[in-house]
Amino acid sequence: MGFLMPDTSEVLLDAVSLTKTFGNGTRAVDSVSLLVNRGETVGLVGESGCGKSTTAKMLLRLLSPDSGSVRFDGVDLLAARGKQLRAMRKRLQVVPQNPQTSLNPRLTVRASIEFNLRAHDFPKSEWKTRVAGLLDRVGLAERHAEAFPHEMSGGQLQRAAIARALASEPDLVVCDEAVSALDKSVQAQVLNLLVELQRDLGVAYLFISHDLSVVEHISDRVVVMYLGKVVEEGTAADLWSQPKHPYTTTLLSASPGTGRERIVLKGDPPNPANPPSGCTFHTRCPAAFDRCSVEVPQLLTVGRQHNSACWLNETADTIEPAAVSA
Amino acid sequence: MTVDTPAPATATTTAPAGPALRVVNLSTVFRTRTAEVKAVRSVSFEVEPGETLVLLGESGSGKSVTARSIMRLHNSRAKIEGEVTLSGESVLDLDEKSMRALRGGRVAMVPQDPSAALDPLRRVGKQITEVLLLHKQASSKKDAKAQAVELLRLVGIPDPQRAFRSYPHELSGGMRQRVVIAIGISCDPAVIIADEPTTALDVTVQAQILDLFAELQKRLSTALLMVTHDVLVAADVADVVAVMYAGSIVETGPAREVLENPRHPHTKALLGALPRHDTARGELESIPGAPPIAGQDFAGCSFASRCGFAQESCVEHAPPLLQVGSRHLAACPVLNPAAAVGDPLSARPAEVA
Repeated sequence: MGFLMPDTSEVLLDAVSLTKTFGNGTRAVDSVSLLVNRGETVGLVGESGCGKSTTAKMLLRLLSPDSGSVRFDGVDLLAARGKQLRAMRKRLQVVPQNPQTSLNPRLTVRASIEFNLRAHDFPKSEWKTRVAGLLDRVGLAERHAEAFPHEMSGGQLQRAAIARALASEPDLVVCDEAVSALDKSVQAQVLNLLVELQRDLGVAYLFISHDLSVVEHISDRVVVMYLGKVVEEGTAADLWSQPKHPYTTTLLSASPGTGRERIVLKGDPPNPANPPSGCTFHTRCPAAFDRCSVEVPQLLTVGRQHNSACWLNETADTIEPAAVSA
Repeated sequence: MTVDTPAPATATTTAPAGPALRVVNLSTVFRTRTAEVKAVRSVSFEVEPGETLVLLGESGSGKSVTARSIMRLHNSRAKIEGEVTLSGESVLDLDEKSMRALRGGRVAMVPQDPSAALDPLRRVGKQITEVLLLHKQASSKKDAKAQAVELLRLVGIPDPQRAFRSYPHELSGGMRQRVVIAIGISCDPAVIIADEPTTALDVTVQAQILDLFAELQKRLSTALLMVTHDVLVAADVADVVAVMYAGSIVETGPAREVLENPRHPHTKALLGALPRHDTARGELESIPGAPPIAGQDFAGCSFASRCGFAQESCVEHAPPLLQVGSRHLAACPVLNPAAAVGDPLSARPAEVA
């Protein structure tokens, strides 16, 4: 298998070959392996329909995979039941995209946070101080505890959602497009907050977004998905400086301040229910050649901690590397 | 133009070389039971044929209200003041009937969400021919169909005959937005107003649609007014950028100049908030505080309470747009102490002016 081998043995989440096919035959996720170490941020990037949220749901056990395994801190998450599963959930939290819909509109922020505290058996006598501490942590004022979601701005709501996720003292927080709905100036505040929380609490993030510039900024490692498959993964720095898949190169060309020439792909993302033959990207790839439409490229190691599923890499030693972006 | 609109009394004679769209001191106030919300405060700009002006701002900055005020799409609670001229003709004094002829005819709107803009129960073709027949651009149904298929081809839909017969749900988001653009350009408009036209699309599809706008504009020499929150979209398509904050234009000028050398603290902050490869993690510049709440009034600079450069004078008088370059204006006397008050309509780049 071509997933990344960790530097340390501090593996927190280890998902291997996750596959999910929905009823209509759509293979939403196809043999995706993912690894998150303690205290690190892994970015998962791709367009709508590439399977990034389905992957997240399987990691959170909100959806069961058809095949594959998920180990969280050594425990088989897919086999966990009852008390053991609850203990896992306590350590595995989520911040969803839209706080307007993820926070109960009829509960105050305090009640929402207490919900998580109650679910994970924190003694009631501690709730008040814990809520106050959490609000302070995420940069909200004490008065926000009694506020209802409609009384708060988008940025404040997302802070509240983060406070709720942190209430159970998780080891891993899955941020599913957690800053996508925010204005850029507010997005910057929330990204800074997430980084600060990680430094202080050592929490790991799986950061899912369609925006590569945001993912690249916040992540240690980045996984790029296209049509249900991982097409490239590596450290944020390597992906930035030497992308080894034409799809990554395309996404990078749309990031700010790159000075790269903008690449415009042809066509729409294909229908996941009826994916193209061979490499699923070949229909839109500017560098595709004959082989791409016939044979499926496997994830191959192209550098230290750097994997890519592209036939161009097989000949990388014989042709100029620049040909990748040609 | 096939639409006959009675010339209003105030209309000046149409100068052929004049701007396609001219907005002078536009203000829009919404009256609610408890307050008057000043959503747009004295906004002025011009767009020449073939030129793209981008209104750039975050949510609540008044950019969409400005766009909708031009087409008079607000209800009776909105009080619109100022001057809006379309190829020399004043729009704000037109009666509703003339206004209806104008909308979709000489001014087209491309909204954010193509799924909401198209009728889900009617075939795409019908929705295009309807506009052509309504605005008397087509002489017969047959002619309308031929024109509609040609429009679908023009906006880059691979199988236009088939798309003509499709329902919106049978097309992808990018294709749907192309259909909406086809409807927009169907009556050969002088001005296209596009409100966040690519925000609902994936990045790779967004790039295609922005390219399409550029290509169509070159071909049809339409004036394009685009509203966006996305600095990258602005950098991609704009000839002129007007940055809005709390209902006012705080900085405007040729896109490159404004985005590379911003002279207003708000524009600087907007650009600084973008994650770039070289920004250290956790050290993005963010803007402290929040924008003024709708309905809240302020005497001085709207940005003063959040601005790192603010001085006492900032909260007392609202600063006018100052001339900081030959066509570059910024409403900040602190960053531009030597600049004189400028003409807000002088922000066009040399090659188009």
